[in-house]
Amino acid sequence: MSQYLLSTYAADGEPPSQPPSPEAMGAMLERIVALEADMDASGTFVFGGHLHGPDAATVVRMSNAELVMTDGPFVESKEHISGFYIIDADDLDAALGWAGRVSECIGRPIEVQPFAATGRVADQFPG
Amino acid sequence: MSTHIAGGDAGEVERVFREAYGHAVATLVRVFGDITVAEDAVQDAFVVAAQRWSESGIPPNPAGWIVTTARRRAIDSLRRSARGRELSRTVVASAGVTSTEAGDRGVDGGPVSDDRLRLIFTCCHPALRTEHQVALTLRLLGGLRVDEIARGFLVTEPTMAKRLVRAKFKIKAAKIPYRVPVASDLPVRLRSVLSVLYLIYTAGADDLVERAQLREEAIRLARAVVALLPDEPEASGSLALMLLNESRVPARRRDGAVVLLRDQDRTLWDRSLISEGQSIVRDCIRRGCPGPYQLQAAIQAVHCNADTFAATDWAQIVTLYDHLYALVPTPIVALNRAIALTETQGPDVGLAVLDGVAGDLDNYYPLHAARGDALYRLDRFDEARHAYHRAAELSTSDADRNYFKLRLHELAGAYD
Repeated sequence: MSQYLLSTYAADGEPPSQPPSPEAMGAMLERIVALEADMDASGTFVFGGHLHGPDAATVVRMSNAELVMTDGPFVESKEHISGFYIIDADDLDAALGWAGRVSECIGRPIEVQPFAATGRVADQFPG
Repeated sequence: MSTHIAGGDAGEVERVFREAYGHAVATLVRVFGDITVAEDAVQDAFVVAAQRWSESGIPPNPAGWIVTTARRRAIDSLRRSARGRELSRTVVASAGVTSTEAGDRGVDGGPVSDDRLRLIFTCCHPALRTEHQVALTLRLLGGLRVDEIARGFLVTEPTMAKRLVRAKFKIKAAKIPYRVPVASDLPVRLRSVLSVLYLIYTAGADDLVERAQLREEAIRLARAVVALLPDEPEASGSLALMLLNESRVPARRRDGAVVLLRDQDRTLWDRSLISEGQSIVRDCIRRGCPGPYQLQAAIQAVHCNADTFAATDWAQIVTLYDHLYALVPTPIVALNRAIALTETQGPDVGLAVLDGVAGDLDNYYPLHAARGDALYRLDRFDEARHAYHRAAELSTSDADRNYFKLRLHELAGAYD
């Protein structure tokens, strides 16, 4: 079993060309709820979330033992991750299958990235 | 298609190596689940073989010998490394299963052949970029050296080596599976395999002499895919397409210039390749499940059927292009259909259709070559000359440029 990050990107200040109607929104939510139920039933779902945009981000670094903060994202770019799932899957084909279903639900491309390691570092380097 | 072997033991050993390489790597990947381990072990085994076989001769089942030796070497080297100890335990455990069902029953048996099929689907996985698919396929299944692949695709050896490293990294990191896809994924995944093989073939056609090896490899792998997936008509179609193209190779060059179909000495065509290709095409037609490769093969089969250019059944070819265009509505298919129309309906009709697709193909030299030909036949020499100049500018091989020079030379004569 491997873990994969399925993420979707939004472009900065990109309003949907036509805001979805409440009906379309409801239908999309229904599809996502059904998909997540399938993920749960198959032991695929690990975690997922929808993120606020870069306007809500803060970057923090320690400088001379002092906490320095910067308003905004680490990298100024037009695109940012807007939502993601972390899933358990047997292999890339299985992960791609789930990613395809997510993409179909939300009508956006999904990036699939394998984790090099997951969990607590202490668990990977015992002793 | 025979490999260029000087003869003698060294040549025989080389031939056996090439034949055995893909089989051996594929089997070892199944056993060890790791491409690098498999490649290293097979290379080790080849080194041992080169020494031993030169003294005691080639064993009766050389490929089986390579697999057994490579397997033993891999287990030895894994036991020596700390990282490998864990892997070797799981391998020994799982090898117990595989050796009862598959074992090392020899290279021509079912299980081992299935290994090659698995590996080709891994190499051509759509999650890998095309140039990586091509490089992996030639390296792991074709057994070509990195420098040979690099030469075939006009990149430096370090660049090609880097591609292979990156592709193998992704297979491992993303866990691209090593198996034949399930039936529902097979059409898409097979398309990717066939397009890689055809890309290798066409890259080999850019230089008929220097890159003959790429064409040989593409045909060899296509034969393997057809043998392993006999119920996939598109796989058969792609093999037939390559065979029929290959049959005309001996007639395609004269004095360093391309010789067009119309001017080829048809007695130079390879009759045995033609009859094999045409018989595959007939089988495909009987199955009644046409696809882009089968239709392109059928078009080539019609060309190969004609004893002279004038005897070509152009109406049949136009019909086949109509079918092809319905499945693959690309400007290039439209261009080829227009070229066939020039023969059935005359250069004026052909030119009108060519001009219709010209906008999409302005940087594609065959468009300008076809326009030049139609204009020439309409006695519009100035425009023809302009079109041939453009074709010569855009073409990428000396053989093509030399052909356009000949045509321009003829045109200069047409003024007199």
